[in-house]
Amino acid sequence: MKLNERSLAFYATCDTPADNAGFLYKKGGRHAAYHRRWFVLRGNMLFYFEDAASREPVGVIILEGCTVELVEAAEEFAFAVRFAGSRARTYVLAAESQAAMEGWVKALSRASFDYLRLVVRELEQQLAAVRAGGGPAPAHRPRALPSLPSKENGCAVWSAETPAASAPVRPPPLPPRRRASAPNGPLDSASFAQLHEWYGQEVRALRSQWLSTPLSPNSILRETRSCFASRPTSGFTVIHSPQWPFFIQGESPGAGTPLALKLGHIYSPQCLKVRTL
Amino acid sequence: MRYNDKELQALSRQPAEMAAELGMRGPKKGSVVKRRLVKLVVNFLFYFRTDEAEPIGALLLEHCRVIHEEPSSFSISFLEDPERKYHFECCSEEQCQEWMAALRRASYEFMRRSLIFYRNEIQKMTGKDPLEQFGISEEARFQLSGLKA
Repeated sequence: MKLNERSLAFYATCDTPADNAGFLYKKGGRHAAYHRRWFVLRGNMLFYFEDAASREPVGVIILEGCTVELVEAAEEFAFAVRFAGSRARTYVLAAESQAAMEGWVKALSRASFDYLRLVVRELEQQLAAVRAGGGPAPAHRPRALPSLPSKENGCAVWSAETPAASAPVRPPPLPPRRRASAPNGPLDSASFAQLHEWYGQEVRALRSQWLSTPLSPNSILRETRSCFASRPTSGFTVIHSPQWPFFIQGESPGAGTPLALKLGHIYSPQCLKVRTL
Repeated sequence: MRYNDKELQALSRQPAEMAAELGMRGPKKGSVVKRRLVKLVVNFLFYFRTDEAEPIGALLLEHCRVIHEEPSSFSISFLEDPERKYHFECCSEEQCQEWMAALRRASYEFMRRSLIFYRNEIQKMTGKDPLEQFGISEEARFQLSGLKA
């Protein structure tokens, strides 16, 4: 397929600050060696150069529809950019420090256009709701869910509201009552916080149900510590995800699927991955 | 430049924002208008021969300009070479306007600016940062200074 390569190269090397940049080791192929390359993330495009001074990228990885995972590799601080599909390539990369690795995994897993569009649409709705006067209730948020790790930017998940420092806001009028059978369901009127709480409750219920069922020969659930969770979570692999503080990857067809289906309703499908044996 | 062709192929098969058969003329001098199936998916504009499933090519729509051309046509050019234009002929002025509007909104940079704008507006009206819920309020790419770039 032809690409407008000249424009791509121009975009890669333009003056505006990149979303992330730094040296990473890139594995050549399945049994190949690692090459040290200068990586530049711009939007949903991950460019790589021979070195930081090169004017033209060696290549680019288009980041739509990928998942970013930690991997077991000979190389320290390794992670993978994995695409769906039977013959799809997995890019194994390695950073030069734990902090760099975490920074890249975070940045890459939120780099897709799809993800950005989701956030923009959510904000569009919020703004429309606020302008209409029936915005999300500012006063009370649900109490902190004990099993969720705190957010990366230091804010607790559902901390009690602190009084707004800026102009006082009159409590908005109640939004119109909506029936559960409304065409767009709860997404229309609920705030993200409410949806998060509702689905969170479902997730907890499903999780306790799932963990209480005996392990079958086909289901292998691993205990893995994610570097992003504040404490170990048992029964499944916890991997960083763009929208949810964690997502669940079960190792059996049954495990993980109900959660994936629930969460997949609001979050982009590529956040969720259920690998079956 | 190397790129993950398989993923780009897969992307070209995703549901499109806009898709239509248009007359397309490449930027080279002397190129002729050819009927192409043109499909907009995220920030890529794919173009296919009308009877083929695999695209001939794709244009990444970053740092591009979409200009109205007479009659019922538009052109896409890129920042580094504004004279080098890809021409598209539509069947009506209405279709032309629709495509131009969609293409102007199709870049990652446009999305980012929209996000910053909405964030700022919501913050002004409610006193709260809507990005905190997503855990992304500290990301450099979403700061207000980005709008001035």
